Amino acid sequence: MQEIIKVLFSGFGENLRIFILTLAMAIPLGLIITFGSMTKFKPVRWLTRTFVWIIRGTPLMLQLFVVLYAPGLLFGIPMRDRLVATLVAFVINYAAYFSEIYRGGIESIPRGQYEAGAVLGMTRRQVFFKVVLLQVIKRIVPSMGNEVITLVKDTALARVIGVAEIIMVAERYTKQGLIGPLFSTGLYFLLFNGILTLLLGRIERKMDYFRV
Amino acid sequence: MAILEVNNLGKSFGTTEVLKDISFSLEKGESLAIIGSSGSGKTTLLRCLNFLETPDQGTIRVGDEIIFDANRTSVVSNAELRKNRLHFGLVFQNFNLFPQYTAFRNVTLAGELLAQERPDFKANKKTILEEIQQRGRDLLASVGLSAKADNYPHQLSGGQQQRVAIARALALNPDILCFDEPTSALDPELTGEVLSVIRSLASEKTTMIIVTHEMGFARQVADNVLFMDKGIVIEYGSPADVIDHPQHERTKRFLENYTNA
Ligand SMILES: Nc1ncnc2c1ncn2[C@@H]1O[C@H](COP(=O)(O)OP(=O)(O)OP(=O)(O)O)[C@@H](O)[C@H]1O
Ligand SMILES: [Mg+2]
Repeated sequence: MQEIIKVLFSGFGENLRIFILTLAMAIPLGLIITFGSMTKFKPVRWLTRTFVWIIRGTPLMLQLFVVLYAPGLLFGIPMRDRLVATLVAFVINYAAYFSEIYRGGIESIPRGQYEAGAVLGMTRRQVFFKVVLLQVIKRIVPSMGNEVITLVKDTALARVIGVAEIIMVAERYTKQGLIGPLFSTGLYFLLFNGILTLLLGRIERKMDYFRV
Repeated sequence: MAILEVNNLGKSFGTTEVLKDISFSLEKGESLAIIGSSGSGKTTLLRCLNFLETPDQGTIRVGDEIIFDANRTSVVSNAELRKNRLHFGLVFQNFNLFPQYTAFRNVTLAGELLAQERPDFKANKKTILEEIQQRGRDLLASVGLSAKADNYPHQLSGGQQQRVAIARALALNPDILCFDEPTSALDPELTGEVLSVIRSLASEKTTMIIVTHEMGFARQVADNVLFMDKGIVIEYGSPADVIDHPQHERTKRFLENYTNA
């Protein structure tokens, strides 16, 4: 029993690792993609938006396989580390989703805010960081929250390319006739998402002092 | 010499000519009211002066400096653009306060950011910031909002928000303060408090351009009135001339809508 809990725990460790590393990289990468998709330079904008469209329009599972096999089969440089492959696919996928949320948030800020900053002699940079950014964050926290919770559950997909995440290790116990471990993996997800939901609610309340 | 001279200013959006050959000048300490029907180009004119739009034709001179010349071929750098903008202040129809900052911070923010560019900022940081904050407090007091300094915009009425916006625009000491229908987004009972702030600015000889539909107010406060129609200056002169004894047919027709004002 204790043994099982320990095994599941270390399996969920793998899910957490994917979760944290993906978030840490996809959040900033998403912003870069947003700038690409909003630039006045049309070729870059067009390319970025097509890229985002492809990533959002195809299954994450397919993207995992592509990242795992394409380097080896197309370029003769096999992807040896399955965790790295998972992270590459997850980061690109989530950065694409985040970038659309950021873009929606940025575009929802009234033009008057930019103009008010500009006529007060602010640089474009100052307008973005001092005036617009916090308003954007306030607007996107709810949708980002949804994505983050989806990401927690999506980490289970890493098993399809052989990363020993929690559901994969729990499934092994079914061969011994045990279904309990498999069920209990749900508790890990529930508990973790519960904590995240509380945390996100706190962030939202932190920004209650102003309205956008 | 006039502090502002606008010459032959023109602006088109696509094929629509919104401003045609606009010329006027403004003395230091003068208040100019701009009146005209909807779509006549009043907002566009103010936006051109504040470089939110780039005019296609004409020149703008402030003091002894030509800050805009449509025939000048060299590209204006961002730094130059910002410097030119600071000659003007703009109070928007719908306030555009920054929602995440208190009234006080709305007034002081831009000044603090600008001060950071001063070469002596590091050395005199404390005194410089104190000066800006003192000025912020004085300005809020002058618009009657000392008690609301720590309130956020959503906690203020429209009239209070607009008064904060006026204080914010004054904080950078613009040579010319522009108002775009400062009371038209307000409930009637709130227009008075904003108009009285503008009236007291006029009595302190603040140089102002006020786009307004309040004819009574324009008549009382403005030194000169400019009537625009379809992007053209139709009539210009003292309120007694333009509002009370208009010469042009279009001015008369426009003013007929305000006979009770
Ligand atoms: N960015 C733009 N693109 C295209 N047309 C514009 C733009 N801005 C203004 N216009 C047009 O220019 C004309 C003048 O507009 P402007 O807002 O300057 O008028 P106004 O005198 O301020 O009117 P109002 O009294 O309704 O505020 C209008 O016909 C308007 O549709
Ligand atoms: Mg207008």
